[in-house]
Amino acid sequence: MATVAETNPAPHSAKGTGGHSWTRWLVVAVPYIWLILFFVAPFLIIFKISLSDTAIAMPPYLPTFDGFGSIGEFFSELDFENYIFLTDDPLYIMSYLSSLRIAAISTILLLLIGYPMALAMARAPTSIRPTLVMLVILPFWTSFLIRVYAWIGILKPDGLLTLALQTIGLMGEGEQVQIFRTDYAVFIGIVYSYLPFMVLPLYAALEKMDNTLLEAASDLGCPPWKAFWKITFPLSLPGVIAGSMICFIPITGEFVIPDLLGGADTLMIGKTLWTEFFGNRDWPLASAVAVILLVMLVVPIMIFQNQQKKVV
Amino acid sequence: MAKSLGPVKRKFSPWTDPNAVPFIRFENITKRFGDFVAVDNLTLDIYEREFFSLLGPSGCGKTTLMRMLAGFEEPTEGRILLQGQDISGVPPYRRPTNMMFQSYALFPHMSVEKNIAFGLEQDNMPKGEITARVQEMLKLVKLEQFAKRKPNQLSGGQRQRVALARSLAKRPKVLLLDEPLGALDKKLREETQFELMDLQQTLGMTFLIVTHDQEEAMTVSDRIAVMDKGVIMQVATPAEIYEAPNSRYVADFIGDINIIEGKVADTASALGAPGAVKIETEGLSITVDQECQAVKGDHVAFAIRPEKVRISPDAPADPSVNAFYGEVWDIGYLGDFSLFIVRSEDGRFMRAAQANVSRLVDRPITFEDKVWLTWPRDAGLVLTR
Amino acid sequence: MRSPRFDTTVLTLGFAFLYIPIIILVVYSFNASRLVTVWGGFSLHWYSAMWSNQGLMDAAWVTARVGVLSATLGTILGTLAALALTRFARFPGRMAFSGMIYAPLVMPEVITGLSLLLLFVAMGVDRGFWTVTIAHTTFTMCYVAIVVQSRLLTFDRSLEEAALDLGCPPVKTFFKITLPLIFPAVIAGWMLAFTLSLDDLVIASFNTGPGATTLPIKIYSQVRLGVTPEINAICTILIGLVTIGVIASSLTTKRAEIRRIRDEHLAIRNAAS
Repeated sequence: MATVAETNPAPHSAKGTGGHSWTRWLVVAVPYIWLILFFVAPFLIIFKISLSDTAIAMPPYLPTFDGFGSIGEFFSELDFENYIFLTDDPLYIMSYLSSLRIAAISTILLLLIGYPMALAMARAPTSIRPTLVMLVILPFWTSFLIRVYAWIGILKPDGLLTLALQTIGLMGEGEQVQIFRTDYAVFIGIVYSYLPFMVLPLYAALEKMDNTLLEAASDLGCPPWKAFWKITFPLSLPGVIAGSMICFIPITGEFVIPDLLGGADTLMIGKTLWTEFFGNRDWPLASAVAVILLVMLVVPIMIFQNQQKKVV
Repeated sequence: MAKSLGPVKRKFSPWTDPNAVPFIRFENITKRFGDFVAVDNLTLDIYEREFFSLLGPSGCGKTTLMRMLAGFEEPTEGRILLQGQDISGVPPYRRPTNMMFQSYALFPHMSVEKNIAFGLEQDNMPKGEITARVQEMLKLVKLEQFAKRKPNQLSGGQRQRVALARSLAKRPKVLLLDEPLGALDKKLREETQFELMDLQQTLGMTFLIVTHDQEEAMTVSDRIAVMDKGVIMQVATPAEIYEAPNSRYVADFIGDINIIEGKVADTASALGAPGAVKIETEGLSITVDQECQAVKGDHVAFAIRPEKVRISPDAPADPSVNAFYGEVWDIGYLGDFSLFIVRSEDGRFMRAAQANVSRLVDRPITFEDKVWLTWPRDAGLVLTR
Repeated sequence: MRSPRFDTTVLTLGFAFLYIPIIILVVYSFNASRLVTVWGGFSLHWYSAMWSNQGLMDAAWVTARVGVLSATLGTILGTLAALALTRFARFPGRMAFSGMIYAPLVMPEVITGLSLLLLFVAMGVDRGFWTVTIAHTTFTMCYVAIVVQSRLLTFDRSLEEAALDLGCPPVKTFFKITLPLIFPAVIAGWMLAFTLSLDDLVIASFNTGPGATTLPIKIYSQVRLGVTPEINAICTILIGLVTIGVIASSLTTKRAEIRRIRDEHLAIRNAAS
């Protein structure tokens, strides 16, 4: 590793901009403390509250947080009642399983639609590639809610899809598209909303691939379809993993899409949590639901973090 | 008349004066990055107004050494003295050194004159003086009409001049140049080398240059330190480095050389000339006139530059001269020189360079010709390291 | 698999899928009829209705304030975080720190929203404008950190070293050299943070309080009651604003690109003469 110290003058050198130790300290400490306070501390609290009793009065849980001095007392009041309740009622287990199922199916659908798009973008002439990337990013800048909302008008039984199908004669006057408020509508909404998140990492992986690799494969007698599976696809795997994780993790906890497009029988844990919290006002149970969701997502989140570190 | 090693560039040699005080002193400097030792217990003196080169392959620690002088790295052990003052712990922005970066590091959002003025502004120099100094610098590097340009509107050579002007503007005690000409093409690089030398003479400043280009180091420097793996192999004038390398490493690193491994067969007294050494190796016996520490039986190397080897189809008249007999194995035509690679009967190779002094040759030497390579007893040298 | 026709078809279908719903939404905001499926002629009726809807306008104003404030705070914190990640190789808990930067990007919003709410309740803070702003700052700063970090990774460190070498102290170097050069990334980070804040329903719902109803919360409550062209109108305005912003920023970068190419030509001519 001789060249590290030589030609790239020590990227990890202790010196450099950080001459004053207090400014160095400030640069690290300010965002660090903010994140500990508003990102890490809340998780500890949510964990604690998930082990508390429901109270009818406000604040709707006991005990309240009263300093670290009372930790012993605090533990004595904890119980796993909420978690036991979660395992007793099949609604919750079904919600979790259904969330994972919907997230998995959606991720596969996203891959099936996103991969050909990313590939086509990566093979497009260099001059139009930035425009194509822009076209993928642009919907992402417009509100999530708006984009889901747009589908309601299309998928409603008396909506535009019905109208369109009737106009071209694929559907009789009296018939209506029965997609709205079903799992199908949820899949459409998810694929629509998350497509840019899948396409961009895939494109990033495919775009930097050396085209001469395929030429070499072809030169060595490998037909194009085989070259795709033997060269292109394996090399794009980091993008596949990154894209899949970026989509799978948030979809599992998705609330807006199942709520607006799904039916009463569309079970997703984000929706259940929302109902527990806003509907039943059972904060400890909602916290327990959140903790279990988080536990389920620990492995995918770690895969994602690992992937990001490799990219950077 | 006393013989000297190569041409004498100028009468300037404070390093030979035992009373001279070094301007910069690296004292037992060690620098580690984790487990990697970039500089290993190195001691080096550089004198005022010297043009000094650190030369070595990438990874030898030369850039790290320079960055420690600039203040971007702190030595793990040892200290650096500038005019007798220990400068350890002084941050780079308080050191009286300025650096010209390999990438030039011109601030892309500032014009040429703003770039040059940047360092002066940090010293709170009055506006009028800054303007005057910037003008002076622009004139020095012949860029007056480009003052308002942004760096990306300049050619590579012009950028190099801006970087030079910027690092000179503060009149630093030492100018550090990190591969200053590396990004220029060959012709421009050669021109700029001479300009740098003139500049250094005119300004009377101390220049420390880091380079991996041996020709560049030979051309510009008063002295060169050849480095390898964090240690200095030899510090000497360019001519000494070339004509009297102290080790196989330096001999091999600088220029082209034949190195023949062998054993000392006999020394001085028996050979007549004082300090002469006779080296023997299978089928070859070489006599060298040289003061040498080696004693009989030591493993040593005989080194000789190809241009000091004569090639001829005829056997030497004097049988006591060093000679190597073989057939022409390969010829490299380089324009100004031709390089002959000759193979002896026992499979040993030796190279001889011949200047192509005339366009037409009567009796050209060609492949498979039987030739004699000869050289006088003071043309090569014995290397013990 | 390699035919250009295949690629063109894929891209056409893909972009149609992405854009047709948005186009329909925009078109129907100009529909005179209240019914989605009936085109009753061009009308700006819903825009004026929206304009006179005090609740909607209040929500828009809250959203704008939350957006500007949280995007600005998030940009400052995110830029600091990016500097910490790229400039300082070793500090206690660096691994945990980079984990905290990446985790919010994928964390389900219901978890982030609920946990922050519980923190505010535990601290005894009244929920409202400030709690939403803090919540938005926390998750947007991570996006800003990623954007700025990617710029800093390609930043030529020798520029900073040159400034130090010329006598400029570190903090001043940051403001005179580093910040001006990474500024486009900082601005991009701010824009991203602002849109994310503008967009957020779930986290805001958990952390909002009386008098701090944001636009997405308002839209959501109306959408649940059914599709109204008034919502189409406000969505169209939001889409319009974002589109103008994105196009303007891409035009500036394109102009900078053209200028750069022109400069390079100039440089080549200089070298030749």
